[in-house]
Formats: sequence, structure tokens, C-alpha cells
Amino acid sequence: MLYAILCYHDEDMVGSWSKEQDASVMQKLSLVQEKLARQGRLGPVARLLPTTAATTMRKDDPPLVLDGPFAETKEQLLGFYIVDCKDLDEALDVARDLGAANPGGAYEIRPVGVFNPGRAGT
Amino acid sequence: MTDTAWIDAALTSARPQAVGALLRYFRDLDTAEEAFQNACLRALKSWPQNGPPRDAAAWLIMVGRNVAIDDIRRNKKQQPLPEDDRAISDLDDAEDEIAERLDGSHYRDDILRLLFICCHKDLPATQQIALALRIVSGLGVKQIARAFLVSEAAMEQRITRAKARVAGAKVPFDTPGAAERSERLASVAAMIYLIFNEGYSASGDTAEIRSPLCEEAVRLARLLLRLFQSEPEIMGLTALLLLQHARAAARFDADGQVILLEDQDRSLWNQKLIAEGLALIDKAMRHRRSGPYQVQAAIAALHARAETPDDTDWKQIDLLYGALEIMQPSPVVTLNRAVAVSKVTGAEAALEMIEPLAPRLSNYFHYFGVRGAFLMQLGRNDEARVAFDRAIALANTTAEAAHIRMHIDRLMRDSQPRNAKAGK
Repeated sequence: MLYAILCYHDEDMVGSWSKEQDASVMQKLSLVQEKLARQGRLGPVARLLPTTAATTMRKDDPPLVLDGPFAETKEQLLGFYIVDCKDLDEALDVARDLGAANPGGAYEIRPVGVFNPGRAGT
Repeated sequence: MTDTAWIDAALTSARPQAVGALLRYFRDLDTAEEAFQNACLRALKSWPQNGPPRDAAAWLIMVGRNVAIDDIRRNKKQQPLPEDDRAISDLDDAEDEIAERLDGSHYRDDILRLLFICCHKDLPATQQIALALRIVSGLGVKQIARAFLVSEAAMEQRITRAKARVAGAKVPFDTPGAAERSERLASVAAMIYLIFNEGYSASGDTAEIRSPLCEEAVRLARLLLRLFQSEPEIMGLTALLLLQHARAAARFDADGQVILLEDQDRSLWNQKLIAEGLALIDKAMRHRRSGPYQVQAAIAALHARAETPDDTDWKQIDLLYGALEIMQPSPVVTLNRAVAVSKVTGAEAALEMIEPLAPRLSNYFHYFGVRGAFLMQLGRNDEARVAFDRAIALANTTAEAAHIRMHIDRLMRDSQPRNAKAGK
């Protein structure tokens, strides 16, 4: 089953990491990804630009376009992984591995209903 | 990586909100800073054992506030406090409202206020910047002194003086109205721009030392934008800083010499920062409320979008400088526009454009550098030489002089293969 692992973290805090800290996190995360890729379990991965670059559209009539992310929360959606796991336990293991790269934040683990890998960006 | 490094990052990110809230309680900058420091010390003891709290800022505000209140109570027993000490009389209310105050509803104005007191109009720009870096960013005096290329003692003095002046002024604690809020926002945006320029205008040999100023300015701009998500000028400011900063790695050669925009290795430009900058300028334009930061960002965006110097849309840049001239008339803007005009129409039109600026820019070395360049393109080499000599005489630093000399060398080089270029 495919699981989406949605990464939430305090954007201010991630923005306060030094270049070295950021690079070290990305390095550790890439190791986890490589392992998953070797097993053929890694789907698309995305790190999103800051929420200040986000725009939200409310589907009113006419649609209402608002600056900023959909939800104003302490922790923001900063990226996501699509991973093939046999069950929730396995997905939690992946999240645990990813989580070891840096403290704080949260992962939302969510089974994927429909998946179209698409081709953009490849 | 040690725990301390992560905790440091968490403390840094929580600082503006925490010091801003503590300042609102205690209405005194020193007390607020000390309370925050004490809270940080406790965090360093507690967090490695108990793990970081979910909301670091709220934790620091609560702990900092309690420690400071204890201190004040202890002092109160030892010596009577002056009658008019508002900090004390306010504490009871503060306690009642603590829950409400910690829910974050004030934090936007807290952070804005903290930034705003740093840009007090009586403070010279260098003091504003130093104060903001110390109070809001939490950079150490040593670090700031290094970035400003002055001694630690001199910087300490500068910050102390700035603080004294701010303390003597009336700090606006009321929740600002809409008009006042937008005034504050404009002052703060200008100060963030200054911080960036302080780092950006560094010469090659100091660029690395001063780059934290640019990074800090970008961080503050993003912070401000997060607080005021639909302000097109704040989007423009943030975009401008990101797009300029994206070129950092390409701006100097190994010897620290300036590399002009058209000679830069564009593969060294940071595409992630460019993407973010372009996204912001895109969002800003939708508001159709143009302003100087947006226009400058749009100009930077046109440079960022050009894969090679020849792809640069100079016509559009000329139009944008025209718009900027109307918003912010300044001979320097016209001078920049003339460079675009020289690319679109030719050096003759450009030269004509800058002639009237001479009286106002008679001590501006860039004016003579640009003028020399135009003259040389027109083959008026003797006049060009005079302009270049004047530029070098006006250079404030050896780096500036070297920059102009390189400009000259480059033009000498370019003026010859011009025919070869035309023939290709």
C-alpha cells in the first residue's frame, strides 16, 4: 500500500537552522531515501518552498484567492514522501528513520487512495 | 551535531516572538532581554533532558516572565519601588491575562513593535541595524562587530548608545491602528533593506564575513511576510532580497574581485532562492498595488530569468526603472535606467539622459564610471578616460577603485572585439 508521509515542522525553526545544519539534515534524509529507493519503495519526494510563497484558493463563486497557506498553524506542511509499505507499522518505521534526521515537528502518515505518478519534473 | 546546536536554532527562531511578548509585559527592553536570557539558560538545562517543548516561544515567554517577576518581587522586599513604576503595577493584569496573551493573538504586533523600536527615527542607520541584529536576531556583539568590521568595544558602545536612546523615547505599547501599523511596517521594511545592503555592499575580501547580514535580512523579511501575508510590498522586499542574495556565490572571484552581472557564472546562482523570489513577485503582482520594492524585485527577476546576459529583457528593465523614477525620483535611479537605455537605444541616448544629473552626482563615483563607459562605447576615449580618472579619485575604498579599474579594463577589452562580435 502506498502511504503519504506529510512533514510538518515549525517553519521559523527550520529557517533558523544554519547552512551546515540544513545540509546535515538533507544528507541524513537522503540516506533514508536511498535505502527505500534500493528496495523499490520510494515514490515522489518534495520539499516545498516556505509558506510565504503559498497561495490558497477558496472555491467560492467566484473563487477567492488568498495569500498564504491553507491553515495557520504552529507547524507548517514543508514537504512529503510517497512510500510503498505493507502496513502502518512499516510506514511508521520509515517515519521514525526520517525523524531521526532532526528533532521537533511531526509526520502525518496517510494511506494513499488514488495515485497518478504523472511525469512533470522528471 | 550536538543537542546544543538544535536548541540554539530553536532559541533563535523563538526569540523575536518571546522578547516581543516580554517587552509588552515589562515595558522595558533590558528587563525583557534579561528575562529571555534567563529563560534560555533554563531551556539549555531542561530541554536536553525533557525534550524540547511543543511551543518553544510560549515556554520561553512563560519561564522568562516568571523568573523576572520573582526577581522583581525579591528586589521589592529589599527596596521600595518608585510609585510610578508601571512595570510592577501592570504585573497583576498580566497574570490574569496570561492565557489569553499566550494564544498568539498579540504576537504579530509584538514582533512588529520589537522591530519598530529599532528603527527609531533619531537613530542613525548603522545604529538601527546594529540594534535590530542584537535585539531581534539575537546575534552576539562580537558577531555584529565582525560583520561591521569594527572592534567589539566600539560595537558594544554603539549598541549601548542606541539602547539608551530608544529607552528614552516613548515606546508605543498600544495596539496600533491600521494606518499606524502600515507606517511601522514601512519603517521596518526599510530597516531590513538596510541590513541587507550593509551585507550586500561588501567588497570581495569582506563578503564572507558580512554575508550573515544578508542571511539575517532574508530571515527577517520572511518573518515579516509571514506576519503580513498579503502585503505586496513585503512580498516585493522579500523577493528582492532573495533574488539578490541568490547571486552571492557568483559575485566575486577567487581573489575577491567583483564580477559584474554579465560576467557571472550563472550556474552558481542559487536556483532555490530564485524560485522563491519569482514566486513571491508573481504573487505580489496580482495585487496590482505596485511599489518600489516590487519594481526593484521585478528588475532583479528579469536578470534572474535571463539564462545568458544576451537574454536580458533590457526593454522591460528600462520600463521598470521608468516606473521607479516616478515612485522614487532619484538621480541614482535615473543613472541605473540609463544603463538599460544604453542597451536598448544606445549609448548616445543614455549619455544624454545622464548629462542633467551631473550637478547632483558630481561626487558619485558610479556616475563617472557609467559615464566613462558610455563615452567609450561612442569611441570618445579621451573623454572616457577623464571620467574614469574622476571615478577612481572618488572611490571611497581600494575595493571601489579596483572595481572601477576593472570596469575600465573590461571596457578597453570590449571596445576592441566589438566588430568581431557584430560579425558573428
